[in-house]
Amino acid sequence: MIRLEKRTQPSGYWTALSPILAVGLTMIVGGFMFWALGKPPVEAIRTIFWDPLFHPQFADYSRPQLLVKAGPLILIAIGLSIGFRAGIWNIGAEGQYIMGAVSGAAVGLAFYPSQSVLLFPLMVFAGALGGWAWAMIPAVLKTRFGTNEILVSLMLVYVAENILASASAGWLRNPEGMGFPGSRNFKQWSAVYNAELLTGTGMHWGVAAAFIAVIAAYVMMARHIQGFNVRLTGEAPLAARFSGVSPAWIVFLCLGVSGGLAGLAGLFEVTGPAGQVSIDFGSGYGFTAIIVAFLGRLNPFGILAAGLLMALTYIGGELAQLMLGLPGASIQLFQGMLLFFLLATDVFTNYRVRMLRREAA
Amino acid sequence: MDPVLLVASIMVSATPILLAALGEMVVEKSGVLNLGVEGMMITGAVMGFAIAVTSGSPLMGFAGAAVSGAVLSLAFGFLTQYLLSNQVATGLGLTLVGLGLSALIGSHYEGQRAPALGKLDMPLLSDIPMLGRMLLSHDIMVYVSLALVAAVWAFLKYTRAGLILRAVGEDHASAHALGYKVVRVRMAAIAFGGACAGMGGAYVSLVRVPQWTEGMTAGAGWIALAIVVFASWRAFGVLIGAYLFGGVTVIQLNLQAAGTTVPVELLSMSPYLITIIVLVIISARGVQGAPASLGRSFHASS
Amino acid sequence: MPDTLLSLRGLTKTYPGVVANDDVSFDIGKSEIHALLGENGAGKSTLVKMIFGLVKPDRGEMRLDGDLYSPGKPSEARKSGVAMVFQHFSLFNALDVAENVALGMESPPAMRDLARQIRAVSETYGLPLDPSRVVGTLSAGERQRVEIIRCLLQGPRLLIMDEPTSVLTPQEVGILFQTLNKLKSEGTSILYISHKLEEIRTLCDEATILRLGKNVGTCTPRDVTARQMAEMMVGSSFAAPEPKAGAKGEVLLRCDALSMPAPGAFGTPLREISVEVRGGEVLGIGGVAGNGQDELLMALSGERLAPKGTIWFKGRDVGRDGPSKRREAGLLSGPEERLGHAAAPNMSLTENAVLTGARRKRLVKNGFIDWTAAQAFADHVIARYDVRTPGADVTARSLSGGNLQKFVVGREIEQDPDVFVVNQPTWGVDAAAAAAIRQALLDLAARGAAIICISQDLDELMEISDRFGALNEGRLSPTRAVADLDIEKIGLMMGGAHDMEVVHADG
Repeated sequence: MIRLEKRTQPSGYWTALSPILAVGLTMIVGGFMFWALGKPPVEAIRTIFWDPLFHPQFADYSRPQLLVKAGPLILIAIGLSIGFRAGIWNIGAEGQYIMGAVSGAAVGLAFYPSQSVLLFPLMVFAGALGGWAWAMIPAVLKTRFGTNEILVSLMLVYVAENILASASAGWLRNPEGMGFPGSRNFKQWSAVYNAELLTGTGMHWGVAAAFIAVIAAYVMMARHIQGFNVRLTGEAPLAARFSGVSPAWIVFLCLGVSGGLAGLAGLFEVTGPAGQVSIDFGSGYGFTAIIVAFLGRLNPFGILAAGLLMALTYIGGELAQLMLGLPGASIQLFQGMLLFFLLATDVFTNYRVRMLRREAA
Repeated sequence: MDPVLLVASIMVSATPILLAALGEMVVEKSGVLNLGVEGMMITGAVMGFAIAVTSGSPLMGFAGAAVSGAVLSLAFGFLTQYLLSNQVATGLGLTLVGLGLSALIGSHYEGQRAPALGKLDMPLLSDIPMLGRMLLSHDIMVYVSLALVAAVWAFLKYTRAGLILRAVGEDHASAHALGYKVVRVRMAAIAFGGACAGMGGAYVSLVRVPQWTEGMTAGAGWIALAIVVFASWRAFGVLIGAYLFGGVTVIQLNLQAAGTTVPVELLSMSPYLITIIVLVIISARGVQGAPASLGRSFHASS
Repeated sequence: MPDTLLSLRGLTKTYPGVVANDDVSFDIGKSEIHALLGENGAGKSTLVKMIFGLVKPDRGEMRLDGDLYSPGKPSEARKSGVAMVFQHFSLFNALDVAENVALGMESPPAMRDLARQIRAVSETYGLPLDPSRVVGTLSAGERQRVEIIRCLLQGPRLLIMDEPTSVLTPQEVGILFQTLNKLKSEGTSILYISHKLEEIRTLCDEATILRLGKNVGTCTPRDVTARQMAEMMVGSSFAAPEPKAGAKGEVLLRCDALSMPAPGAFGTPLREISVEVRGGEVLGIGGVAGNGQDELLMALSGERLAPKGTIWFKGRDVGRDGPSKRREAGLLSGPEERLGHAAAPNMSLTENAVLTGARRKRLVKNGFIDWTAAQAFADHVIARYDVRTPGADVTARSLSGGNLQKFVVGREIEQDPDVFVVNQPTWGVDAAAAAAIRQALLDLAARGAAIICISQDLDELMEISDRFGALNEGRLSPTRAVADLDIEKIGLMMGGAHDMEVVHADG
């Protein structure tokens, strides 16, 4: 018989090992899944995890894509991880991401075709503000009425998607677009185009922001009293109160930061890789970022690594779709499984597994 | 618009959420918060559709959907009850897995049509003017869902097993001290919730739409979660909540079809906005009836 | 002996490091209310657990009605006719009375019959209780009735009651006593556990007194005075407190008719608490658990904000200030619950040092935590208070209760408070550590700080306090100099009889 014993101290060894174990398990089970789909399992795994980086033919194209995909994932996941640490579950980052993009783009387009150098910074600010404001809705409702932030933030994703639809088909539609939905293309507007900063790397302002966010989050969580208070609230709410931390402030802080970062991610995406506000702009980054946050153990540098890994599965998945005809949805399932296995292997971090011959009397 | 058709379509539109919310209510009554309703629903939708198309029997489809929802929920149960993982994170994971799984399975079935689930033709009753067509000439699942409401209500209120389930959700430590098997009770509740969510999903793909499109449950699982709160964890409250929500959906769809001056997007977001508003009203009044152990992991240390 | 129901012979139970019961023997007669008297930690609960089948004795035997009796688990005890009403009820708040009763029974009848039986029993024994009421809406006394009726429905021969009056109002105590006397007249024996002397004198036929796990004597309570029983209970340790010399300073903390509503359904409201403490003085606050101790601490620490003008610190109204502001001003506190309230279980001792020490110890500069300084502070507390731990980097959860208690009390004292409010400073702490903590509190007072020590350990309060008051249902009795007190007066203060007149409940 197997028994779990709570560790007095979370195991540092397992904290690091369990994500690796989870990735391994996902590869094995995913391999079986590909095999069941009639695809060569080893080749599929290699196509997803190896070829995007090292394939002689595709690597040149896909390597830069790594940062392009990882940037928004990391930026959003960093914000989410701060909330998750405090036990505040913002799962509506997708909505904040969309609202950041829409509001930033709207502010920019209001000045079209200005070439002012101030315009892009203004849009960045508006994007962050849009995401922040969208996240403030669950924050206010939670602190004022005690409404569950999980459900509200999620419902707001659907609301945001409808706002996005109406923006791309209506009030932000390109007047010169011959009636097609979608805003003006930012790629053709040099003053606000969030272009690659270093050619061939995929590095754009959003990726730079993600790196800054990683470092800032690390410093905040490790050294700053606000980060300490966030962790304290998550660990022991009563002790946090005793220490003098206001629970409402932590709610505003966590939702505000995660909303703002998600909004930033949306703005950098819409002015860069996406290029315009369009109906299919929401690509699920806000949800995948939840996996990234957990896979990275809610640790900023862990999230950096997890974001890159998750970006790899996106690009590798596309490649596998192209090369092996692997269905796109299998990658989505693959990512979901990864989170599941991670949560399962997490048991070793907090519990010691004991095998017992018989139940001790 | 024809009131007969209106009521009839509200019943159809409410049934998926009713089933899912009812199942989730039982799960939460046992003290477990499973946020994976959406994932179990969409999996039920695709499995139910696939099985119904393959077997030609919509009822087989519903049975298969119930089984697949239950199997998926037991994965959640294993993680949260035996490996003691965080219920919020695991529920989210379940939703993500369900969305991926359903998209994968469903790609073969896009564009196909499901075999129709026959309307129940009750001799005489269905011929009653107005009422007959409004309430008494639906498919069997509508009545199954209504019967399930009564059954869950009676189970929780009158049976010893229902009492034990509530006791476990209320205070797992006391229940354990009195000798009840907390984890086993919860696993059973989780499986029931999964089966209900699966059937609810199948109702979307087999009756309401009826065909398979990716992501077709469109947040219904999340709304089911909100309805449990709205219902204050009571079976008939779930019924009222689901039918109210069904009403909002039908009215907003009808307004869209009628081409009013209200923007389409505003109409399509209205169910979600209304859900938020309802949640706020409920929480401002003070959430009542939440099981005291809801969402807390149970680890029998002694 | 034909009229003995339960006889205990030589019961011994040892836990690592402690002998909880040492060769305890006594008899409980049929139709007898037998008191088991002793201080916290005297071994009462271990003894009772053995009788109820929760703990197996190491040595000794029990006979029930002449037959050997050794229950392996509570259900066996119940089958033999032994029932128990716990001090902390295992009740489900959201369920109704009948459902709660049913959950505690092996094979309950149908709900409607059960409701009828509950009504019948509650009428017979004068315990008014509506089977359809939801338990969460009941008062503590009514909740206790649920447990009692649960027991009575199984027709017990012996009913064990663990500190039953600690949660009751005086009126409810009266009702309970009538019930118990009726049960007795019908032939049921009752083992009544308490440390309230007057109560035992009123109710019980016989009394067995435990001290440090030993049976130190049996007496007939009606024939002895409360004082005699008290001396048997506490032994020589209850020396007349020495009046403490030394001039007292200015009033540092004053509560002015402090009233606050109960925090949630099961809390206690604070009712017009007026008290003041001076520099260099230790004010001891006693009382039975659940009479507002936690609530008073939370009001003084600032975790719950008090109404304007009810809490004055050094002449300034701090009622509306939060914990940080009060701490900064010099008003510090130490809650009872170590894990989760005074300390974050999964965080390191260094981090737990920051929890309250951030400002006064200047561990935070411009918003950034100085981890070196924090660790130094934690190390200092560890060394100064002899906290046994491999280092400051282990989690609070991994420390033993006593060591963590030394750490959290030391953490506050080392911040040089002007006023220190502490709840149960030595609860669950071994004797040596407890003595160290008490000494630290006295030293702090000697340096001119005012101390409010809330405790359920009367010895402790007598040892360190200058003045004493008792909390009863959220009210604080007028305080008196410890030098003027004796055990009888203290008991009366704790029972809420502020005017110090001896009140006897009707037997």
